[in-house]
Amino acid sequence: MGNALIYLTLIAYFGATGLWVGFFLAQRENLCRGGAWLLGTGLFFHTVELIYRTWAAGYLPVATFGQALLVSAWALVAAFLILYWLFPIKVLGALTAPLAALMVSGTLILPQGQGAVSPLLQSLWLTFHIILALLGNAALTLAFLGGIFYLVQERQLKAKKFGFFYRRLPSLEQLDALNYWCLTIGFPLLTGGIISGSLYAQHVMGSFWRWDPKEILTVFAWLIYAVLLHERLAVGWRGRRAALLAICGFVVLVFAFVGANLWFSGYHSFASFLKQP
Amino acid sequence: MNLVLLGLNHKTAPVALREKLVGLVTDVAGAYEDLKARPELLELVLYSTCNRVETLCATAEPEGAISRLRAFFSNLPDISSAELEKSLYVHRDRDAVRHLFRVAASLDSLVVGEPQILGQIKEAYRQAADNRATGPILNRLLHKTFSVAKRVRRETGIGDYAVSISYAAVTLGRKIFGSLAGKTAVLVGAGEMAELAIEHLRGDGVGRIIIANRTLERGLQLAQRFGGEGVSLEELADQLLHADIIISSTGSPQYLLTREQVKGVMRRRKHKPLFFIDIAVPRDLDPAINDLDNVYLYNIDDLKEVVETNWQRRHQEAAKAERLVAEETLKFLDWLETLAVFPTIISLKEKADRICEVELDKTLRQLGPLTEEQRQALEVLTHSIAQKLLHDPIIFLKGNQHPQRPTRDLDLVRRLFNLDPDREAAFTEEE
Repeated sequence: MGNALIYLTLIAYFGATGLWVGFFLAQRENLCRGGAWLLGTGLFFHTVELIYRTWAAGYLPVATFGQALLVSAWALVAAFLILYWLFPIKVLGALTAPLAALMVSGTLILPQGQGAVSPLLQSLWLTFHIILALLGNAALTLAFLGGIFYLVQERQLKAKKFGFFYRRLPSLEQLDALNYWCLTIGFPLLTGGIISGSLYAQHVMGSFWRWDPKEILTVFAWLIYAVLLHERLAVGWRGRRAALLAICGFVVLVFAFVGANLWFSGYHSFASFLKQP
Repeated sequence: MNLVLLGLNHKTAPVALREKLVGLVTDVAGAYEDLKARPELLELVLYSTCNRVETLCATAEPEGAISRLRAFFSNLPDISSAELEKSLYVHRDRDAVRHLFRVAASLDSLVVGEPQILGQIKEAYRQAADNRATGPILNRLLHKTFSVAKRVRRETGIGDYAVSISYAAVTLGRKIFGSLAGKTAVLVGAGEMAELAIEHLRGDGVGRIIIANRTLERGLQLAQRFGGEGVSLEELADQLLHADIIISSTGSPQYLLTREQVKGVMRRRKHKPLFFIDIAVPRDLDPAINDLDNVYLYNIDDLKEVVETNWQRRHQEAAKAERLVAEETLKFLDWLETLAVFPTIISLKEKADRICEVELDKTLRQLGPLTEEQRQALEVLTHSIAQKLLHDPIIFLKGNQHPQRPTRDLDLVRRLFNLDPDREAAFTEEE
């Protein structure tokens, strides 16, 4: 099958990007509807590709950075489409679609690791850990994108300068609700990801916690989100502060996902997943 | 076929005259009854909006139609014809189409871009259709008008910018709260502008309205008028706990609320957003309030600035809309011109049929008795020769319109086939 399905996915995501950016500029309803359909079509190819890869390998392949990006992009698009269906903040597509397209491009550009994958990574438990973590990441990515929109819109309302974005972005209330929704869904998923991972680590390596850079950064991000959620519920934090914290949390998560793999070494880094042939 | 539009609007007639004419709408059926009976008015629509009364008709005799419509207006009770003469304008054909498009797209309005006008014209068209006053030309023109107005609204931002202070406040509120439904508004003091804003807020679904006034009695009176609750000014700080929108317009010389007061309330209201509109001069609200998170304060100058930039934008958009209208006007006129060839085509066919009948009659008489089949064969033969001969001239008429002089070919064909024997003399004299 080669990479044909990935290319189809990529074409659909880039097409959706075009439609969605067009929607953002021209504010025509049918462009955004077309964008959603195209994104959905892309997600279909994407899903088939992931199922094929999982079937061919016998486990969900996430041993290289490229493979992990492919699964992350899938989670992001799936999370966005669910959100779009339940709670349509349409302009969000103008950021989500290009991000997904870039992530899938990353899969194609980054080297496909060769070599045997450590048997530790072939367990169903681990697949569960990864799916929870990446779905959590996806929901929190959407919170991050919504946070950026919030800050832009809030800036305009406070400064009383109504520019290009003022008309195109939704109301503050909607953007803040998006932050809350994504947080209440993303946070439990992330928590589940951390717990399932540490249980698996205890099971196969004998310890829950190994001071690995990815572990430390993820827990740090988790703490930021925990503070945000607590303050939202108890004190009623919202708006700019909530948006800022969601952005901080996301930056740390990206570090955990990308940085810990590229710059630090640890058992969580992709380099250690493949045994040298 | 000609189009004539006759009417008056806010630019040409004083309000006193417009008021009287709007009264004619009360007896639309009677007006249509009267005008439909006139042979010079083939198709007709009457419409009146807040600022105009106009009549549009399709006619074959424009001069007769104009004087008929003038007479209709001046025969209305209580209208002085001198006053009317000064105010009435007449647009023909191209100008009539363009004018109607501009009116429906709200380019001719007092407030350019106001959304109500299209609905009023639709309603007027429905009445005209109910009274069977319209025909193929006006039906097509009016439907085109609706789609042009929609296109203008869709493709230009003509209606997107709030151009009144109170409406600007409402659109800002929407960007903060999403929807104003179920929100609570507090009106502090009761200037005219505040009342207007409250009306706009009501229209947008604001749930609860509280009026805080220095004298409780006056506050309660106003509260009754708006269906709200009255409180005294001393309770204002407490009211902040449940309010979402605060509009202040008192004559107070010092600030009614300070940053510290609002900051204290924000914690207690769990940081739910607060939107302050200060339209008082001197200002009622401490400008530093705007620095607080989730609090938005706009004073009268901020709102004026919003409105002024919006006016400029609306006028830029109106220029785009004018281009659109011009384009659509040309398209409609093209269609109208194609209509002009149909009478000629019909007379051509009639002439051919007449010749066939006469010639057939002669031949049949000379041939003596024939069987029914032979007779029919001869009839078919003559008619198909005539049809084949006319085929090319008809195609020529329908398709080859000279772009600059659309009637030139039409005249040529009419003369070639001598369709107007009486007018032939006039033609030759002209040339």
